[in-house]
Amino acid sequence: MLDLQGYGGLLFKGAQLTIYVGVSAMAIAIVFGLIAALCKISKSKIIRFLAETYTTIIRGVPELVLILLVYYGAPTLLQDILAFFGKDVYISINPFSAGVTTIGFIYGAFATEVFRGAYIAVPKGQIEAARACGMNGILTFRRITLPQMWRFALPGLGNVWMVLIKATALISVIQLPELMRNADIAARATRKPFTCFFAASLFYLAITIVSNLLQQWAETRANRGVRRA
Amino acid sequence: MDFQIIIDSIPRLLDGTLVTLQITALSILLGFCLAIPLSLMRVSKNRLISVPTYGFIFYFRGTPLLVQIFLIYYGSGQFQELLSQVGLWNLFKEAYFCSVLALTLNTAAYSAEIFRGGIEGVPYGEIEAAKACGMSGALLYRRIVLPKAIRIAWPAYTNEIVFLLQASSLVSIITLMDITGVARVISARSFAFYELFLFAALIYLILVYGLLFICKRIEKRLTGYLNFQH
Repeated sequence: MLDLQGYGGLLFKGAQLTIYVGVSAMAIAIVFGLIAALCKISKSKIIRFLAETYTTIIRGVPELVLILLVYYGAPTLLQDILAFFGKDVYISINPFSAGVTTIGFIYGAFATEVFRGAYIAVPKGQIEAARACGMNGILTFRRITLPQMWRFALPGLGNVWMVLIKATALISVIQLPELMRNADIAARATRKPFTCFFAASLFYLAITIVSNLLQQWAETRANRGVRRA
Repeated sequence: MDFQIIIDSIPRLLDGTLVTLQITALSILLGFCLAIPLSLMRVSKNRLISVPTYGFIFYFRGTPLLVQIFLIYYGSGQFQELLSQVGLWNLFKEAYFCSVLALTLNTAAYSAEIFRGGIEGVPYGEIEAAKACGMSGALLYRRIVLPKAIRIAWPAYTNEIVFLLQASSLVSIITLMDITGVARVISARSFAFYELFLFAALIYLILVYGLLFICKRIEKRLTGYLNFQH
């Protein structure tokens, strides 16, 4: 049934780009998540408020709207602002950077909650002990808190990754030739939409299954120092 | 920022809001009705029942919703003759039907997994007590297991409802005029991209947090007996 009429290679290329987009966006999400999580536990009320606003807004707006907003809206907004100052320029963002930053920015909000939970899960006594040993704030974070946060954050980050890799399909809307877009091209050319999209869905399933295995491996590895009853 | 264009497009965006709410409500209702039997089939001891159910859930949770929508909307075209013969083609050529079908199946798969967690979270003592009272089978599930399971699963299910509301924006890709669809069409004509998408985002924000508020109220009611204070 799955005769792709020579378009299998195109789909495979698309899948590669999907993984590339996913990994880049995940890296951005982790950075945003860590920063926002640190802001959320900050002592300053303003910083806390800013981080809270970020997660509240991002989690309340659909990814698609945000992607369209960044890809179409951000250049026109910049142009309007520059025109206001008397500079007439044409700005456009390429789909790759628009897609990756938007997806990373969105899932950063979800990663924030994961990291915040992980930070709280690190026993307070260890931080006190580090202080007693003479480590300052940054050193304590780097040596004591961060390495242990990974262990608590892994299951949550795994979930974020699973949702994120599926959300990359939305970037096809702004014409980035990733898996979904290439499946669309193949579907139009072969006039076999079901076959092509089904093949694409199998690629996504494969990515999900491999990610699941990797997550299990990473979790056992991260927990190798933990005593079990 | 061009405020005039936002004011002018408010009536059409409100129409879009209605479409969004309609599609979401329909899919949630149908998805809920599907999810309960699916979750029961998922925990069934008969592997002939539980394994195919798990396959269905795994497929719909493991692939993007966009693929599922395209599979149903564009993919059905590949089986046009067959579908016409059984008289279903008139349904499948409608973007509205395909959207609701895709969203329903998607949310059913996710919710079934949530309710399974709820069913497995029902304390064994309660089931034992019910059995000791002479309940079994359907009566046990209707009176003890399901009410408790839904209470346990409700917070997670709330999240699923919110995700579905946001996911319904994808139906704009197959030409439906929901909030996103209206914003896309008007902005493409007027080049007022950020005005319209920002406004659309605002509508979604209001809907999402309104829905969350309602769900919290329901949660308070469902678990009211736990928060009883003297």
